[in-house]
Amino acid sequence: MLLMAGLTVGSTGLESMVRIFKSDVDPTAMQIIWDIRAPRTSGAWLAGALLGLAGAVAQGLFRNPLADPFLLGSASGASLGVAVALAVFGISPFATQWVVRLGLTGAAFVGAVAAVFLTLALARGVQHTLRLLLAGVVVGVVLGAISSLIALMFPNILAAMQSFTLGSTSFVGWGACGVMGGVLALTLLVSWLLTRVLDGLSLGEETALSLGLPLSSMRMVLVAVIALATGTAVAQTGLIAFVGLAAPHVVRSMVKTAHGKLVVLSSLMGGVLLLLADTLARSLIAPQELPVGVLTAILGGSYLLWLMRSKAL
Amino acid sequence: MSAINAMNNIAIQAYNTSARLSSSLVLEGVSLRFEAGRWISIVGPNGAGKSTLLKVLAHLIPFDGKVEFFGHDMANLPSKKRAQRLSWLGQNQSQSQSSADELTVFDVAMLGRLPHQAWLAAPNTADHIAVEHALRSTGAWEWRGRALSQLSGGERQRVMLARALAVQADVLLMDEPLVNLDPPHQADWLLMVRDLISHGKTVVSVLHETTMALQAHDMLILAKGKIAHFGACNEAATHRALERVFEHRIAVKSMDQLFITIPNTDPSQNPSTNI
Repeated sequence: MLLMAGLTVGSTGLESMVRIFKSDVDPTAMQIIWDIRAPRTSGAWLAGALLGLAGAVAQGLFRNPLADPFLLGSASGASLGVAVALAVFGISPFATQWVVRLGLTGAAFVGAVAAVFLTLALARGVQHTLRLLLAGVVVGVVLGAISSLIALMFPNILAAMQSFTLGSTSFVGWGACGVMGGVLALTLLVSWLLTRVLDGLSLGEETALSLGLPLSSMRMVLVAVIALATGTAVAQTGLIAFVGLAAPHVVRSMVKTAHGKLVVLSSLMGGVLLLLADTLARSLIAPQELPVGVLTAILGGSYLLWLMRSKAL
Repeated sequence: MSAINAMNNIAIQAYNTSARLSSSLVLEGVSLRFEAGRWISIVGPNGAGKSTLLKVLAHLIPFDGKVEFFGHDMANLPSKKRAQRLSWLGQNQSQSQSSADELTVFDVAMLGRLPHQAWLAAPNTADHIAVEHALRSTGAWEWRGRALSQLSGGERQRVMLARALAVQADVLLMDEPLVNLDPPHQADWLLMVRDLISHGKTVVSVLHETTMALQAHDMLILAKGKIAHFGACNEAATHRALERVFEHRIAVKSMDQLFITIPNTDPSQNPSTNI
């Protein structure tokens, strides 16, 4: 399975390589591809991988197959963070400098963490699933409203905010890829180190406790992983829905596995899904482009509907 | 019974423990003393606080008072050390759809070895032997490769039992372990408990099946968060207390040197006096 996922990623990566070689005749086209398409392709994969990872961790941590990193308010928190950063510092999401990207990532991260904790506080813990999801919805709506209010007060960020909300990989440069790659390596490592906790949690919190797992501290770390991974992806590519929810489900429909492999495979699968969606978004109505977030929302929504009908959720 | 020195003869001792569930007191000043190498069954009406007591004894929920484990204050025991020596099986784990659905039977049983494994270490031979033994003793070894989602309620319960057994702890706390089990597997469970006891283990089980509960050594009867009675299962005083706490809707009878309970449809009569 790992090989299969790797091959799929490889083949799509190969396609872009072939494109480079095709345009090798024209050095300017080569440069365009190297500066725009290659970072975009890598960026789409990296953002998808971050979202897939966050989804797998969220579903394990909250013991809920419907837990989407976005449903816990992290997305609206991240977009509020980005809105505040745009309004206060007047920076542009089109900027490709390292420092600016890091600043935006930081703002999105802080927003995502704060929103997740707000959701957890409102839900009084993670035990009660319905309360958790409701709290996530409430936080999402309220923070979304505040973001809209900020956008209204600072009309010059409106265009930037809109492209952010629709989700797009078109601003991703090598700097953004570097940030996402670094965060992916870190979060993947941390969640891989904590797969025991996720496995133990699958039998319920009390059983996990009875097995001597240090739940209270580890839960905080895992929430931070979710927030960091989502926050980073959202800061670079905007709100791309459903990848985090769908990736672990796709993996689970193919292979029954414990969390160690699930986390890694979901991450790979997230990358594949977003790369596919991004390629589709760029080619469906070429030379025009669809915002990839719109496409994943449509595809992911249909997938969720199919899941609801085929399985008792 | 294995060689347990006299000092450590008490597996679990609780001093004046009280616990709350969302602000209402469900366990009130319970003190008890369970000897090592014995099987103790906990019975009582719905809402008596049986599951809560078991969680207090396993140190899984906040409570007032003190619980000692082989003479050591459990609050000072490192959680991993405690997990190696005390195994807890929760209630209704086989019924609800869980996020463990995608795990295989073998993976679930292997989770019971977590307390013995170093962080990230792969399972060693001892882990594999323990898991195989546990799965075989609950009859789940044949379908160890199947996912939990493909099992019936009773099969799941046997996997959960195997998970609790795989810990190879000195003390096993089981909350309604017979849920979903058909009569042959209930009998198997009885054999399994007797086997554990013969190896010096201590078993504490919350049971609704009163006949099964009477097969234990000792019986703790709970009512409204307090201990109504604690005594040997073959004592008449225990039988009378059992009938009393269930409002004489059951009667304890003796049959072939076993004690059994039968339903009593006319509580105005006390059938046990007729024996």
